[in-house]
Amino acid sequence: MAYAVPKLTDYSADVLDKSAADLRAALKQEVLSVQSPDQWKTFRDRWLARKNGIVTQVNDLWLKSAPKGAKKLAGQTVNDLKKDVEEAAEGLRKSWETGQTIQVAYLGAEVPAAALEAYARDKVGPVDISLPGIQRPIGAEHPVMKTSREMCAVFQRLGYSIAEGPVIETDYYNFEALNFPPNHPARDTQDTVFIAGQQSKPQRERLLLRTHTSPVQIRTMEKMRPPIRIVIPGTVHRNDPPDASHSPMFHQIEGLAVDTNITFGDLKGTLDHAMKEFFGSSVKTSFRPSFFPFTEPSAELYISCFICGGSGKRGKDPCRPCKQTGWIEILGCGMVDPNVFEFVKDHGYNPKKVSGFAFGMGADRVALLKYGVDDIQLFFSGDVRFLRQWA
Amino acid sequence: MKLSPQWIRDFVDLPVDDGQLAEDLTAVGIAVEGISGSGADMVFEMEIGTNRPDAMNHYGVAREAAAIYDLPLKTLSAHQPSTESASGVAFPISVEEPQLCPRFSARAIRGTKIQPSPEKTAHRLQLLDQRPISNAVDATNYVLWEMGKPTHVFDLDLLEGGRLIIRHAKNGEKLKTLDGVDRTLSSEDLVVADAKRPVGLAGVMGGFDTMITDKTRNVLIESAWWDPLTVRKTARRHGIHTDASHRFERGADFESTILSCDLVAELILASGGGKLVGNVVDVASERLDQAPIILRVAEVHRILGGNLKTVEIFSILKKLGFGLIPEGQAGIEFEVHIPSWRLDVEREIDLIEEIARLHGYDKFENSLPSYAGAVVELPDSRTDATLRQRALALGYNETVSLSFISHEDAERFSTASVLELENPLSAEASVMRTTMVPGMLDMLAWNLNRDIDHARLFEMGRVYEMQRGERTEPERLCLAATASAVAAGVSLGSMPDARRRNSDSQSATEEFRAFKGDAENLLGVFSYDQLSFDRETPEYFHRGRSARALMDGVPVAYFGQIAEAVRISRKLRQDVYLAEFDLAQLHARGLRKVVYTPLAKYPAVERDFSFIFPDQVEFGTMQETVQSLRISELCEFQPVEIFRGGSVEPGKYSMLLRARLQSDQGTLRDEQISAWSRRIVDTLQKLGGVQRA
Repeated sequence: MAYAVPKLTDYSADVLDKSAADLRAALKQEVLSVQSPDQWKTFRDRWLARKNGIVTQVNDLWLKSAPKGAKKLAGQTVNDLKKDVEEAAEGLRKSWETGQTIQVAYLGAEVPAAALEAYARDKVGPVDISLPGIQRPIGAEHPVMKTSREMCAVFQRLGYSIAEGPVIETDYYNFEALNFPPNHPARDTQDTVFIAGQQSKPQRERLLLRTHTSPVQIRTMEKMRPPIRIVIPGTVHRNDPPDASHSPMFHQIEGLAVDTNITFGDLKGTLDHAMKEFFGSSVKTSFRPSFFPFTEPSAELYISCFICGGSGKRGKDPCRPCKQTGWIEILGCGMVDPNVFEFVKDHGYNPKKVSGFAFGMGADRVALLKYGVDDIQLFFSGDVRFLRQWA
Repeated sequence: MKLSPQWIRDFVDLPVDDGQLAEDLTAVGIAVEGISGSGADMVFEMEIGTNRPDAMNHYGVAREAAAIYDLPLKTLSAHQPSTESASGVAFPISVEEPQLCPRFSARAIRGTKIQPSPEKTAHRLQLLDQRPISNAVDATNYVLWEMGKPTHVFDLDLLEGGRLIIRHAKNGEKLKTLDGVDRTLSSEDLVVADAKRPVGLAGVMGGFDTMITDKTRNVLIESAWWDPLTVRKTARRHGIHTDASHRFERGADFESTILSCDLVAELILASGGGKLVGNVVDVASERLDQAPIILRVAEVHRILGGNLKTVEIFSILKKLGFGLIPEGQAGIEFEVHIPSWRLDVEREIDLIEEIARLHGYDKFENSLPSYAGAVVELPDSRTDATLRQRALALGYNETVSLSFISHEDAERFSTASVLELENPLSAEASVMRTTMVPGMLDMLAWNLNRDIDHARLFEMGRVYEMQRGERTEPERLCLAATASAVAAGVSLGSMPDARRRNSDSQSATEEFRAFKGDAENLLGVFSYDQLSFDRETPEYFHRGRSARALMDGVPVAYFGQIAEAVRISRKLRQDVYLAEFDLAQLHARGLRKVVYTPLAKYPAVERDFSFIFPDQVEFGTMQETVQSLRISELCEFQPVEIFRGGSVEPGKYSMLLRARLQSDQGTLRDEQISAWSRRIVDTLQKLGGVQRA
């Protein structure tokens, strides 16, 4: 039974209070039942319409018709009621617009925001949320640089500092001081690119493009006494014609730790830790004997294939990155050869007192493996379709 | 290098299958990289380090296998064939260079028949991709692959003067080698010669004129030990690399000269018949004994860590053929005698590697060393990281381009003196880059040629220059974008309709401003008092649309559109923008230090001024003049709208300028603002501006 404004015959305080309370009860009930913008409009018209709205009726029936002595009290009551109705109507509207519930003081209750979405729909209509976002372009880190920085960071957390050195090196730093004597067959493996016009210089001063980042080991030891721990990212060159797996320019990450107490077990433990940090804690490491002139004992580090998990298979297909062996060769390493220390003996590196290990890996190769890229040339193409995959 | 596991099994009775053998050999550093074939014809693809010539043959690998499984290794010996005359010199040898040829052994065979090798010999060689030639030649090859010692066979009747001489070649002396090439020798080459002429390049290749042919009946077998460096130099000088030179360069087994001679003789006699003549010739002018090495158990532990027991150390070395004599205090030190085939073992550390290798690297316990140092950053690492972050945030993709460029590009895009390569990969890559510009242009072209119109790229790296005779590697940052990408950036900002190409002056201006903004954003990380711009740019930039940036008067960057001539010659399908930053200059300035400025307490007031200016009056001039009024409340002076054409007559342009005034003392009064506005208008009028109604 909808509320109707009663005519008053008695304008006493009691009757006015009771009539006002009835009206408020009706108001509360109707406010709480409003669920849509349409219902809100109906509510607003019923209560606040100039012509024959409930507030207007109350004004006519309770105030205008009141006897002179009761006008003051009736006026106050009607004004209070009018304020409450307006507050309730406004509260409802706000709750839709803001989506928040609004405390309506006299109701002692919160106006629900139930009709918010309906209200919004009514006003502007929905947007197609499946339309793609308009993205501001964000640049992508180069995959090889990213790999190099991440790998360096692993070692920085282990206490290694970054070191750098020149790309154009002397024969001395690239070969001789790393225990590649002049005319040693081990130099053949390096496919060196030489700088022109060096013939008149003594061999050790002749310039070439460093074939590895290892010369920075010597340069750093010449500058800093032990203990040292350095990690060396850098560009290297070899006279390799470009193809899918070779580039005349590539990047290495080299490491060196020298102290009075470094053992082969430390080399293994450090690299095992680093590989787990970089590739994930489930990778296993295995060390196999190898040969490098500047380390002894020398090793190649293999990690269990992080693509097939070491099984050599991907489903029914053979795993290509590990050539179905379940193992991937990652880097070369070893204990620093005492002959190398002999070259920096005057800087505090007495091979009888200090020992150390060194390691070196190709950042490009690690990136190829990590991201499954099948052509190293892509790294140097600047192709935006390729680069943006790392954005 | 290929080896046959079946052949290896001739010398040791292996309890494991070929797959397991491959794995176990690999674990001790005799790496089997691949396996092909099956059964008796299975072949291992080996990867043997340069330091292990002793393991580049079947017997050597069998020796490793015997050590791995602790099994006896069968002795390799020739069945002493009967000789025609039991004594006397088979063939006189005179060694004139005993230092370079400390040992020369030889045997002579008479009355043999040259014919194809027996099936077993031929088949084994074929397995290793060796082409069988004839029984005598194959015998040398077979022995090389069996036990690693290179030998050579001559047709004895073609050797003139009845003797061999080991001597240096004479300058200009000729020798036609087995490969049919006529070679001119130098006095640094060591040769085997007969009485008249060289008949072989020592340790590298024999001579053509004295080789075994179908007609050969009498054979001389040579097995020498050559100085590794001499062989290497000769091989390199003549550009020859043979299985023999590969082994001699790395050091052959001094004690195997006679055995190898006998093995070759045995094979020839068995297949072609004939008789040995005289005794083996053995000219050993100098013994090549390696000094024993003292091995300290404590040193083993210092390098390897862990606690290998002395008995284990002892046992490993024994198995590998080392002789051990306990020294001093028992179990603390050993005197180790080196077998003749291990020329690579010269020092204590070499022995330690042998111990580690055979013990198994993976058996050593992993540990992490303690460290008392601190991590230090490179001086410019923070600056470079900040720059990189900004470039990425501005939408530029990081790139890496090759360090080589062409002479032509070096000249066109830089003034620095270049470092030229002795052995470049190609003429287009013959010098070290003195500039990143050509590389960047190539990458832009790559993208445009693949219909990727929106490309933004940057590279941070080094260029390479000669400065006053010294090489330097200055660091550079290069930023580049296609005009489409720059225009798209404009539309993301405040200026609409920026897809228009810069054929009209307004979009050209907007694109330039957008790219300049990126350059400013990067320059903004550095510390400076004044950033200014002029038009002093290199020729490869567009004359009217490029600028040089100066910090406190010092040039730090060039940027702008690339010249039309360059665009055409690089076949770029649209205009491109490029910026080069001199990082050495910028690094020297350091990062801008942030000092907080209190926020304004009183409101700002904006006043717009609409002017018509002649084209030659640039905004920079207006800004300078207005700044010279020294109105301290003027906190911003900006161009808001620039317009040409329409009702504006040619040669002039309309410019809407906005001044923003604010005081930290109080709210500005109308009369103050009017007074300053008048002064601004006055000074702009003096520049030739006409205020619009």
